[in-house]
Amino acid sequence: MSDGKPTQAPGTPPAGMAIPGNRTMPKEDRLTPPVWEGGRAAPPNGDFRMIGKRNRKVEGLAKVTGRAVYADDLVLPRMLHAKLLRSIHAHARIVSIDASAALALPGVHAVVTGADMPTHFGIIPWTEDEQALCTDKVRYVGDAIAAVAADDERTCEEALKLVRVEYEPLPAVTDIETALAHPEWQVNEKAGEGNISKHVRLEFGDVDGALAASDHVVEGDYWYEGSTHAPLEPHCCVAEFDSTGFLTVWSSTQVAHYLHRDLAKVLNLPTQRVRVIQPVVGGGFGGKSEPFSLEFAAAKLSMVTGRPVKILYTREEVFYAHRGRHPMRLRYRTGMTADGAITGTDALVQLDGGAYSSFGLVTTYYSGQLLTAPYALPAYRFDSTRVFTNKPACGPKRGHGSVQPRFAFECQLDKLCEKAGLDPIEVRRRNFIGERTKTVNGMRVTSNGFLECLDAVERESGWAAKFRRMPYGRGIGVAGSMYISGTNYCIYPNEMPQSAVQLRLDRSGRATVMSGCSDIGQGVESVLAYIVCEELGLDLRDVRVVAADTDLTPVDLGAYSSRETFMVGNACLDAARHLRLKIAQTLAERWGVAAGEIVLANGVACASSDPGRFAISVKEAFQWAEARHGTLGSVGWYQSPKLGGEYRGGTIGASPAYSFTAHVAEVECDPETGFVAVKHIWVAHDCGRALNPVTVEGQMEGSAYMGFGEALLETQRYKDAAPGHAFGLHHGPSLLDYRMPTSLDTPELHALIVESVDPEGPYGAKEAGEGPLHPSIPAIANAIHDALGVRCDALPFDPPSVMRLLRAGEARANWERARAQVGGPR
Amino acid sequence: MLTLPAFAWSRPQSVEDALAVLAAHPGECLIVAGGTDAVPNLKHRLHEPRRLVHLGGIGELRGIRAGDAGLEVGALVTLTELASHPHVREHFPGVVTAAAHVASPQIRNMGTVGGNLCLDTRCTYYNQTFFWREALGFCLKKDGTRCHVVPQGKRCVAAHSSDVAPVWIALGAEVEIASRDADGAVSRRSIPVEAFFVGDGVHNNVLAPGELVTRVLVPGAAYGLRTSYRKLRPRAAIDFPMLSVAVAVRGDAARIEELRVVVSALGAKPRTLGGLDAIVAGRAHDAALAEAVGAVAHKQCHPLSNVPYDTDWRHDMVPVFVKRALADALGVPA
Repeated sequence: MSDGKPTQAPGTPPAGMAIPGNRTMPKEDRLTPPVWEGGRAAPPNGDFRMIGKRNRKVEGLAKVTGRAVYADDLVLPRMLHAKLLRSIHAHARIVSIDASAALALPGVHAVVTGADMPTHFGIIPWTEDEQALCTDKVRYVGDAIAAVAADDERTCEEALKLVRVEYEPLPAVTDIETALAHPEWQVNEKAGEGNISKHVRLEFGDVDGALAASDHVVEGDYWYEGSTHAPLEPHCCVAEFDSTGFLTVWSSTQVAHYLHRDLAKVLNLPTQRVRVIQPVVGGGFGGKSEPFSLEFAAAKLSMVTGRPVKILYTREEVFYAHRGRHPMRLRYRTGMTADGAITGTDALVQLDGGAYSSFGLVTTYYSGQLLTAPYALPAYRFDSTRVFTNKPACGPKRGHGSVQPRFAFECQLDKLCEKAGLDPIEVRRRNFIGERTKTVNGMRVTSNGFLECLDAVERESGWAAKFRRMPYGRGIGVAGSMYISGTNYCIYPNEMPQSAVQLRLDRSGRATVMSGCSDIGQGVESVLAYIVCEELGLDLRDVRVVAADTDLTPVDLGAYSSRETFMVGNACLDAARHLRLKIAQTLAERWGVAAGEIVLANGVACASSDPGRFAISVKEAFQWAEARHGTLGSVGWYQSPKLGGEYRGGTIGASPAYSFTAHVAEVECDPETGFVAVKHIWVAHDCGRALNPVTVEGQMEGSAYMGFGEALLETQRYKDAAPGHAFGLHHGPSLLDYRMPTSLDTPELHALIVESVDPEGPYGAKEAGEGPLHPSIPAIANAIHDALGVRCDALPFDPPSVMRLLRAGEARANWERARAQVGGPR
Repeated sequence: MLTLPAFAWSRPQSVEDALAVLAAHPGECLIVAGGTDAVPNLKHRLHEPRRLVHLGGIGELRGIRAGDAGLEVGALVTLTELASHPHVREHFPGVVTAAAHVASPQIRNMGTVGGNLCLDTRCTYYNQTFFWREALGFCLKKDGTRCHVVPQGKRCVAAHSSDVAPVWIALGAEVEIASRDADGAVSRRSIPVEAFFVGDGVHNNVLAPGELVTRVLVPGAAYGLRTSYRKLRPRAAIDFPMLSVAVAVRGDAARIEELRVVVSALGAKPRTLGGLDAIVAGRAHDAALAEAVGAVAHKQCHPLSNVPYDTDWRHDMVPVFVKRALADALGVPA
């Protein structure tokens, strides 16, 4: 058992605390978190009592009983409602805006336009290309132009119809090909050239040589249509600018800190006079990870009217806010030796970014950088180009940037296995990159439980009895993947911690954890509570978590890149251990025992050598420690070590720990209609350690579900230029027309947790929220091939597409051939 | 959130009162029962009535009465009540299947038989918000002049999308309509459900503005018909039909005496297949017969782009779904 002593004396500033100016890249001497004897993975009090147990979520009861307070539940005295005027053109110059008739309507209090807040902003500081409301040009159907505040929403709607906008329509581009063919039809003037948003080309090893020397090479084109997040809660915010000139914004955001910065910037307010509060959020999935028009507009209207202002997006507006998964056109060439070793991969990727950059710079890198594990790629090249088009901006959706390449690559592997006559699970095993290693693009891999993941899905799915052995129409397929547990790179360059916690203990026996972290349903507030309970022996009900309130909580960068459990979890673990140490020292002094003997568990503080004699309640222990040390509080923070490759872009994709996943999907197809029913998905995921298996399983099932929906049903299309059709109009921005799977459509999801115990994660934990999505799509595509003998290389695999494939090729013959190859006795 | 427009509200307690309200406000009323179709349409500003007439207080429109003379189903019977009624379940499984295929349990708890029959036609260019339709340039069904499905079309082809109506037609059911003359006298007439629908997507039934659907009547002659319903939809719930097929057969697999097949989610009214007697009468069900029926359906039914998904594929699915529905009705494997 650890006595919880840090090797570094508490209170001593670690090397690198001073913040040098103008540093853009992480440096060697950045902040280093404390090193604990016994490591971060070890239980502090002998055995785990909270961690790894099937606990409730701290906010669960409030949610299921309807008592959780979401942004739209907030009602302030004298509050106005506002709505945004949006463009009906895909691309047009704004000639004039006349709001006089709208302002004259009874009940209307104010109208603001882009001219009221023209400052450009953007989540990535190098690509600030958005305005709160467009000033000169609109770039997609739904782009925001003006905002009206009125007594109620209906009056806003009536007023919007009275705002006269004179447009000069411009040629629009709505696909990658046209965007590239017509650089003169420039969508976004911030582009360096034409419609190029970002281009990245990186090569590691001799790709051409490796492919030339391969026994088998598969080349293929893949199409990923893109998708949107569709969180249940639409974006909503309330803004209040008070009489002292202080702005408070409650918003359904995943990134309170970045919103805080951009509100101050665009509204020209001092940062310290802006407060951002995130109420309970009803899902984000990446769709709320940057500021949106509503927050600026509500704030500005509050400044103008002197009254609180609420904006709630309609479901349709959520589709226009978008930032969903990029459509990607992918061309892959992958080589393999006769015995199944991957030799090299050459990738050409085009990303359809929509009208603005959003996270697109990072997406473009991620489309290549995150493919280099769990298999060793001896040689790898990717060339990725993101283009601007006249559609809502794409951005990060669960599995940001890497879901599309993973789909293409895992389908390639399946084709190579078929060519080589090898079992696809066995081939994945043979190419395992290993643990404590480095990828070809310089990413450090620590723990790696991918082999256990493969074993688990192979065993639980009954793979050996099913693959190539089921009747025509039924099939099974496998795929693997990896994902990051946060990134080592803050979005804006600085050397301050990426995550922080302030922890205070009260003499009543209560602990309060304060952190800027963002719980969007994934459960990070619960994770913090579990950690504090584990360290200090508290009951879950005796811990309060205060999160995502920039006045009350230290900065955490927010819920993106699967960073929260790993980073804020570590910060919390440190904060709790500092206090645990103080308490242990106090008790050890009073009792004359070694500090290492002190156990805090189940509400009791005792000395393990003689618990009959030396035992008090944890509450009393807090009081003794407060008497000895003064008011009890501590801080913890997380900053990742310097990571990544020594090349431009080499830090993008670098993470302190990677999670690994394998899926097996089983399908039943109807060859007469093209309908594919996914019956089962076995999801094995290496999350390091499951701090709460229930929530980890929830993330695994939710991820597999989301991937399955994208694979089969969700259709993210825009009207084409056919006569009479509104160019660039979303085909159906509603939950009726954007078809997400219902519970009746959803397969049996089997979550199989694998724990590799990462040396740097809190108790060994890694991410679980995004990684488990990736293999869903290729596993289903590969299963459809096993079932029907067709290759689904373009999403979605809807019945008309599957029927076209069945009719186009020699499906049945392909199926027979594949079966003959691997179907024999082993 | 999308708002509802402002409107006045009436809640009559009898059919007579309802007709009086309609007569007092000619051309200004929208009749609402469960609201599952009307409310989203109001939010989309597809209907802009000055007054909503809610039928919920009219007790005589509730209830199912069954006897040898047939089945009477009140217009306010919910789809859940219809699908769980023992007599309907025993004798008209096609009705049960169709009612149970509507949307979701919550919507079936609210949605009514009358509302389902009077369901507004649907089109991918029509069932959208005001903003979306404005960006489109509107369409000839509402606020515009142009059809986006049939470019030069002068007549709206929005799709008839009721799940249950094709089965009522296959059973030869009638619909009872109440109306009020200039002197205030109330009268009721019954017409075949098939004749209730007309091929105009703007208003696809014969109901005049002051009239009300009160009951659906299945004749005693429908007993003994074997019925089935098949619905093409991407998801196993929620979705409106992308193709629907109702079948009623007299006889059995060994000898079919009479066959009625009704296909919908094509244009503004359901299509009853013609020329089937010559193919099936007196014959046994086999692969060749099923194929021949499917071929007739393929020839007579032409899906349009008013409904999502590839129209060619939906056309290809017509014979598949007809064959499957026929097999369902006869209780044989497809």
